[in-house]
Amino acid sequence: MEVPNNLQIDKQFLASPIKKSVDKFQLLPEFLKVRGLVKQHLDSYNYFVNTEIKKIIRANSLIQSSIDPETYIRYTNVKIGDPSIEIDHSVDNLTPHRCRLSDTTYAAPILVDITYTKGLKERREIKQKVNVIIGRMPVMLRSRRCVLTGKDEAELARLGECPLDPGGYFIVKGTEKVILIQEQLSKNRIIIETDKKGHLVASVTSSTEATKSKTVILMDKEKIFLQLNAFPKPVPIMVVMKAMGIESDQEVVQMVGRDPRYAALLLPSIQECATENIFNQQQALEYLDNKVKKFAFSNVNQEGRALSILRDVFLANVPVREQNFRPKCIYAAVMLRRMMDAILNKDAIDDKDYVGNKRLELSGQLISLLFEDLFKTMNGEVKKQMDLALTKNLARSFDNSNYLTRDSITQGLERALSTGNWDLKRFKMHRKGMTQVLARLSFIASVGHMTKVSPQFEKSRKVSGPRALQPSQWGMLCPCDTPEGEACGLVKNLALMTHVTTDEEEGPLISLCHSLGVEGLELLSAEELHTPNSFLVIFNGLILGKHRQPQRFASNMRKLRRAGKIGEFVSVYVNDKQRCVYIASDGGRVCRPLVIADKGISRIKEHHMQEMRDGVRTFNDFLREGLIEYLDVNEQNNALIALYEGEPKEHITHIEIEPFTILGVCAGLIPFPHHNQSPRNTYQCAMGKQAMGNIAYNQLSRMDSLLYLLVYPQRPLLTTRTIELVGYDKLGAGQNATVAVMSYSGYDIEDAIVMNKSSLDRGFGRCIVLKKSVAILQKYGNNTQDRIRRPDRKGVDHHKMKVLDEDGIAAPGEIIRPYDIYVNKEVPMNTKDNSQNIQFKPSYQTYKGAKGERAVIDRVALSSDVNNNLCIKFQIRHTRRPEVGDKFSSRHGQKGVCGTIVQQEDFPFSERGICPDLIMNPHGFPSRMTIGKMIELLGGKAGVSCGRFHYGSAFGEPSGHADTVEAISKTLVEKGFSYNGKDFLYSGITGSPLQAYIFMGPIYYQKLKHMVLDKMHARGRGPRVMLTRQPTEGRSRDGGLRLGEMERDCLIAYGASMLIYERLMISSDPFEVQVCRVCGLLGYYNHKLKTGICSSCKNGENISKMKLPYACKLLFQELQSMNIVPRLKLTEA
Amino acid sequence: MPKVSALNMPDVPMGQLPPHLELQRTRVSCDKDAPTHTENVQSAGAYTSVGVDNSLCLDQFRKNFRVTVVRLTEDDMEFDMIGIDPSIANAFRRILISEVPTMAIEKVLIKNSTTLVQDEVLAHRLGLIPIKADPRLFEYTSENDNPNEKNEKNTIVFKLHAKCKRGEPRLPVKSDQLKWLPGGSEFKVEKPSGPDSTPETSPQNKYTNFSCNQDSMPQFANNPIVPKHPDIIISKLGPGQEIELEAHAVKGMGKTHAKWSPVSTAWYRMLPEVVLLQDIEDELAEELVKKCPAKVFDIEDLGKGKKKATVARPRSCTLCRECIREENWEKRVSLRRVKDHFIFTIESSGALPPEELFTEAVKILEEKCERVIAELS
Repeated sequence: MEVPNNLQIDKQFLASPIKKSVDKFQLLPEFLKVRGLVKQHLDSYNYFVNTEIKKIIRANSLIQSSIDPETYIRYTNVKIGDPSIEIDHSVDNLTPHRCRLSDTTYAAPILVDITYTKGLKERREIKQKVNVIIGRMPVMLRSRRCVLTGKDEAELARLGECPLDPGGYFIVKGTEKVILIQEQLSKNRIIIETDKKGHLVASVTSSTEATKSKTVILMDKEKIFLQLNAFPKPVPIMVVMKAMGIESDQEVVQMVGRDPRYAALLLPSIQECATENIFNQQQALEYLDNKVKKFAFSNVNQEGRALSILRDVFLANVPVREQNFRPKCIYAAVMLRRMMDAILNKDAIDDKDYVGNKRLELSGQLISLLFEDLFKTMNGEVKKQMDLALTKNLARSFDNSNYLTRDSITQGLERALSTGNWDLKRFKMHRKGMTQVLARLSFIASVGHMTKVSPQFEKSRKVSGPRALQPSQWGMLCPCDTPEGEACGLVKNLALMTHVTTDEEEGPLISLCHSLGVEGLELLSAEELHTPNSFLVIFNGLILGKHRQPQRFASNMRKLRRAGKIGEFVSVYVNDKQRCVYIASDGGRVCRPLVIADKGISRIKEHHMQEMRDGVRTFNDFLREGLIEYLDVNEQNNALIALYEGEPKEHITHIEIEPFTILGVCAGLIPFPHHNQSPRNTYQCAMGKQAMGNIAYNQLSRMDSLLYLLVYPQRPLLTTRTIELVGYDKLGAGQNATVAVMSYSGYDIEDAIVMNKSSLDRGFGRCIVLKKSVAILQKYGNNTQDRIRRPDRKGVDHHKMKVLDEDGIAAPGEIIRPYDIYVNKEVPMNTKDNSQNIQFKPSYQTYKGAKGERAVIDRVALSSDVNNNLCIKFQIRHTRRPEVGDKFSSRHGQKGVCGTIVQQEDFPFSERGICPDLIMNPHGFPSRMTIGKMIELLGGKAGVSCGRFHYGSAFGEPSGHADTVEAISKTLVEKGFSYNGKDFLYSGITGSPLQAYIFMGPIYYQKLKHMVLDKMHARGRGPRVMLTRQPTEGRSRDGGLRLGEMERDCLIAYGASMLIYERLMISSDPFEVQVCRVCGLLGYYNHKLKTGICSSCKNGENISKMKLPYACKLLFQELQSMNIVPRLKLTEA
Repeated sequence: MPKVSALNMPDVPMGQLPPHLELQRTRVSCDKDAPTHTENVQSAGAYTSVGVDNSLCLDQFRKNFRVTVVRLTEDDMEFDMIGIDPSIANAFRRILISEVPTMAIEKVLIKNSTTLVQDEVLAHRLGLIPIKADPRLFEYTSENDNPNEKNEKNTIVFKLHAKCKRGEPRLPVKSDQLKWLPGGSEFKVEKPSGPDSTPETSPQNKYTNFSCNQDSMPQFANNPIVPKHPDIIISKLGPGQEIELEAHAVKGMGKTHAKWSPVSTAWYRMLPEVVLLQDIEDELAEELVKKCPAKVFDIEDLGKGKKKATVARPRSCTLCRECIREENWEKRVSLRRVKDHFIFTIESSGALPPEELFTEAVKILEEKCERVIAELS
């Protein structure tokens, strides 16, 4: 039967699922656009500059003289100016690139407004000053205060900056410094753990602006004690409770909970308290007063100390207002209850490694600590000077404001940033290695450096717990990117979408909680605290009160957050087990964005995405409209997160934006990482940072001390979404090599690769090494200075001065060979006194390179250094083609050295005439299990034959961000290749076909920075150490190759005594000594008398000559200097 | 019963190989998992037991050897070479890649280069530019770098002077800006000034020592030397940047550096032979035709709705093995390569036309043989 056309029904359309899941990938570039790769650093720094610094100034706003309180300086405002430098009283604006080249610090003035008093007594006037500079604050690149913010690509180019550079670091004295993200246990939270002795303890590390303390409640032999640094021994907790005013035992039990099991656990402690005859607050305080740590040399009355300790040190994070200790009591009771829970049920012990219990400290917080310390120090200094002036009473026109100096803050900040040592006595903080020089080996290395999270505790500990992969790291910290060796698992890297929060205003949130129905603590009796139908509400570690409908409260809070009424990073977490609602707004929590779903249906619809593609909707709009929200690790526990849309579960509350965002930047470069054995991805994360390539768009205008560049870098044929997002396709570090997986020539064992000489001729793996050397023209005290002379073209050294221009400085473009002079410098022979006619002696700087190396002077830059000396920087360039021994690696942790280089005609070729660039041994596969590499080869081959870049994003197959092997095989077959990627190859040597099909195709190969040219070393004769007369050590000193003790042991075992003699003495430090046969001491040789003489026997009668290692003679003399007499007993041999 | 020799096998034809051995001798069979019988049987006495003489006979070779040109364009060429051993075909390929000489830029004298491209890289790029100059008209230069020995017979000099004026957009420098200097180098040798400096006019002052202009020589008169392709980007100049250099091209061989290789690549493949071991009909036939991406098979209509697969274009087989990939197909289709039939492809890089390249290669091989014979006798 014919159906009219318009009535025909597309059955397939009707049968298809009603709606397809929306491709949410587009959110990611949008997210990174608003966020950048290092938003965590920038946010933290911006928060410091905009908010935190004002708080610090406000908290320390008044400097008052202790002698005359009427004399003061008051800070009224603070701001950070534009990055600039003051040279000879003229202010010059700074750009980051200028700072890099001229070794200056990229910093901006800290400007304060002050009111102060001028003059004394009757003539005192109150004056005001604005924009007084108190120091210079190093500016983070791309932060709000940096000149680069908001600039487009062309403007950045004009400033000499790379648009792909993420910023987030500082420039201190010309070097780029990163403040590493510090990981630490969260402050002000109750943590239940077992201590070293196996006791269960509940501990709180309190940290407020005023004090830092650690409070530990522990159970020992059924009794419960409080451990506090102020008490040398643990004190019974019941006494402490009584001392805080809870005199009734019943109330304590009620506070902990009515459950008889709690009471039973508490009973021994109550009994102990009773046996000590402590029944009221007075008795308890007296008891505690006796327990307080006694200071050896203080006769301060101990009385009343206990109360102040309880007020200020014990649980310092819980404030005591008007001697109201009740919040503290309740807090202690909650700690007790949590601890008892853990005693009754081991599951309640907290996991210290749980990411939700961690906080990340970022550059802003660290700098703020530093600044606070320096600011207080400066204020103290000002006060001291003020007092001094007042006591001397000499100042007529006494002007306070002159005491504000700028050097201490500037130098303190600069020093801390450049050394990485945070030594803040005020905060009991002594940390080393907080900053590192930004790795500029490759683009990925520098981006990866910015996401690095370094741990607080020392690395040598052989514990596995903190090193293990934590399930709560999911999506927050990259599971792959961690170093090997001692820091394995401790140093981590942030995942692609991780955000680290900054502090948020607490006050409004607390009052909001109360208005949402939280019953305050003041209104609650002890009994009501733990009523079964209510949950405690804990805000940033502080107990606010309780709520009878916790779920409703939580959902109300979340609604407000989604509506944008409270900050998007506030987390609301209902813990059913602990019967608590945790609300957190503190800084340092890690969180990530997720799509909100209602009963499994995504709130993001196709039209939203369309609007975004059209450019009318940004990521922030998604956030503002409640389509996306940030969840931190704790709140994730309340969410059921689906990987993909359309999973048929009712309770799904959120949907991942993209699964591959659980990986970080470095792991994101690996194609098909989900097909690889896990450690291989970890290896690649480490190796990707050593790969040569492009560093930044401004790489040729930089003056780094060492720079490795690839001559012809390529973008990988097999890309991932992360590669496009971070810009690795624009600043690649590798080349697409056609690889044949076969064995060839035997020079490919142990992961070595065989390379095609013609490929190398045509530029494969060619790299440029740029090294910087500096010449400084020193100024001396007697008004003399180093000078540069015009080269003497006929002098003794004229052949070494070929590269010099007429000005005595090497000319760019000249070929420089080892021992060539690149700056004809002369230094004054007399730098002490001011005599006339000072002679100069030459002090050439010569190029030290490998023999036969042909380097070129790339660039010469003249600048002045920190001490205003003329500073000449030379960049010397060396172009290298790969040679046997150079290290290469694919993106799958498969590194290998070049084993041999073979002529193209000897290489196998395919039926299409394709000849591989390199040959890799197939034995590299079975044990490494890098299936991803094989898929990369297939995908790359399909990519070149069909002209489309293929994708291999992690876990990308379901969402279409990775091509499937089936699809790739189909393309290969269409283009006439075998589906399995294996080609029919002819041997280049015999001309016959090979007896196997060869797996061949393009793989992205990285050239690593390790090259033989920098490592190879041998020596026959050479320099010796002065002290021991033994050969020097190390390649840089042209040292000898040591025959170590183990090698010596082999020779001893073998009985090769003459060889040992030769190696250890003849070739090392032979020395002829005169030994006295009588006294056995060493004598000397008298050249006049031509005999040996013993200086202790005072004659030359019984002297024998013998050979000794010089080190042995040295040992004898050193022993003698310690009053030990070594005597040699000689026998006839 | 009469005694019969074990070797007396009347059913075995003497003087002729049994079919399976013949197949192994002349064909590479490309099975699903691996190619087999790839090697050639070299030994003359390999088949004596069946009475077959396997020795190579020049007359036989003369009779059987054939060359047919399939395709010939300016730059590339495909021809069939039939009746030859793979080792000899391979020798031609190897010689083409590495031993046929060409001219390529070897020395670059840079007077000024303010581009971003580093001098070494620039020189390397220049070296790889193919030059349209017949290498047979030139001699090899001696190893040492003496300007006196650089004459019109062994050196080609190019000049490159490009400048991007300030205020102008970026300027790509392409290979057509390399200008041939038939009179040799124009740069003067900078000698440290002194009393012993040679007079200005002496040839010592130049980097080459040409006795006459190259364009006055008959072979170049109407045939100026230029880079083969005019549009190879050498560098890009930003405003204010300038390149001024001289490039000296000399004769060399591909085994020294790939820039002297006269071919982009030269290779051969053995003639594909696709044999249907069974009659493949109807659905199977259609399936087979559909399988092959290279369209090797066709369908022949047998009438009465019956169809049969035929091998129509075996030459286009790329050996993707799709036709034998599935179960049971290996016994229906057999993919083979004819061992003495080579489809040879030469992609010239431009100095010489491909057909001349091949004859050059033959000459070089001949020379080598003569050298061996001379050494032996």
